[in-house]
Amino acid sequence: MTALPAKTAKKLGLAIDLDTCVGCHACVINCKEWNTSNYGVPLSDVNAYGAAPVGTFLNRVHTFEAKSEGCNAQTVHFPKSCLHCEDAPCVTVCPTGASYKRSEDGIVLVNEDKCMGCGLCAWACPYGARELDQLAGVMKKCTLCIDRIYNENIPEIDRVPACVRTCPAGARHFGDFADPDSNVSKLSAERGGIALMEAQGTRPVNRYLPPRPKTDITGEGKIAVSAPALAPGIPEPGGFLGWLDKALEKL
Amino acid sequence: MHPAPSVIIFTALSGLGFGMMFFLGFGLPMVTGWGAFWYYLTAYALAVGGLLASTLHLGNPKNAIHAFSQWRTSWLSREGVAAVITLLVTAIHAIGLIFLAERFQIVGWISGALALATVFTTSKIYNQLKTVPRWNMPLTPILFLTYALAGGALLTGQITTAAVLLLVLTGLQVAVWQMGDKAFGAAGHNIATATGLGNLGKVRLLEGPHSSPNYLLTEMVYVVGRKHAMKLRAIASVTLGLVPAAILLVLPFNPALAAFAVLSHFIGLFAARWLFFAEAEHVVGLYYDKR
Repeated sequence: MTALPAKTAKKLGLAIDLDTCVGCHACVINCKEWNTSNYGVPLSDVNAYGAAPVGTFLNRVHTFEAKSEGCNAQTVHFPKSCLHCEDAPCVTVCPTGASYKRSEDGIVLVNEDKCMGCGLCAWACPYGARELDQLAGVMKKCTLCIDRIYNENIPEIDRVPACVRTCPAGARHFGDFADPDSNVSKLSAERGGIALMEAQGTRPVNRYLPPRPKTDITGEGKIAVSAPALAPGIPEPGGFLGWLDKALEKL
Repeated sequence: MHPAPSVIIFTALSGLGFGMMFFLGFGLPMVTGWGAFWYYLTAYALAVGGLLASTLHLGNPKNAIHAFSQWRTSWLSREGVAAVITLLVTAIHAIGLIFLAERFQIVGWISGALALATVFTTSKIYNQLKTVPRWNMPLTPILFLTYALAGGALLTGQITTAAVLLLVLTGLQVAVWQMGDKAFGAAGHNIATATGLGNLGKVRLLEGPHSSPNYLLTEMVYVVGRKHAMKLRAIASVTLGLVPAAILLVLPFNPALAAFAVLSHFIGLFAARWLFFAEAEHVVGLYYDKR
């Protein structure tokens, strides 16, 4: 049934650290690798070696630039996958009952044996977290690696989502947001974790930890600790060139 | 949003078919035998044709039967259920008129009300989506209902009613276009709220997550062809209601002219419905710095 559970015992999700993420896309690749060979149909590629390859991914890394007046531009790598919303609009719009949110842990899943591939859930998601597989015609989305996190056949250290396990920067954290003492709850509280597009009323579980403030090295008397030897880029010209510069300036 | 022919045909034709069923259900026009047969054949061809077209949109149609199960929560499911009930109840009324020359009045009224309810559920499929501010306006269901009523009146030969409804529809459509132009901005979503990075300064996409298009971009960030939007709006506003209403009100009735009025309405309806999808901007485009 595509009614949302009133309350879920756990709220499993990810805390994604935008300060630490280096934009290597390893999470994208490991997600594709794990999920193409486990839960549900494979994540297909169309025209994989052609001019315009298209494929299904459950996790994508966008790279943004933020720049405010008088400051250096800042690059922010921004991994994006299902946020396992508490008020998941993708679940309630589903006509077949394929989309559902688990009452035990809050994971939003698609039952591919019921999905008719109408795509309405992808339309209802503000975050672009769902992609219709072009070969199988069914909706694919992040499962929080449900086939890893409870899997007793793999070593305990591997019982986290593939993206979390593979991240070389330690930018992705998996845990239970319903438990205030969990790693992710504490991280989120400490770093002021944010929910994306709250105005949509989806109440996402995943949190994004905003980039930490950068050390300001541009002001008077401030020295870049990491690069103290660097002199200013172009010295003021003196002598004939200095005179020429001033003369041309006046023209 | 991608203006897929299947959903344009689905919403346009089923709206007309159920619009006809509304008027036929209330005995407008009061016909029996062959006269009723041709009216009902047209109405069923439009409604069923539209519903069948919608199945072409499905990636995995073998599971379509499950779509009747989630009517408690899903507007798309309600639409399917409402459509089937309407087609069945209307059939009882139609059989009475065609084969028994008898009008089951109460059944007719119920079938008419159900037909409008079905159009309402169709409109809610789109109207419910907060992710598409242009559709998420209270006028969207009213617009769909007015389309169905105006088209239904035209195709059931309710000349004066049709002319008035067509003019109302034209005004409403123009108003909805103009309000829709402001909807995305009014919803308050931008790249800063989408990424939560607004406090760092002006945000732009530096590098996309993938170099080729993907499902999200082709389905929900349809930007091609909007450059002709204003011309299409002009064509639609004239052909949708003004031309047919002028023919109905000013010129003497003549079957060829009536056919021309219907043709004009179809052109306007399809142009406007194409725009309904093509001009609708989904908030996911913000993550791609596109709308």
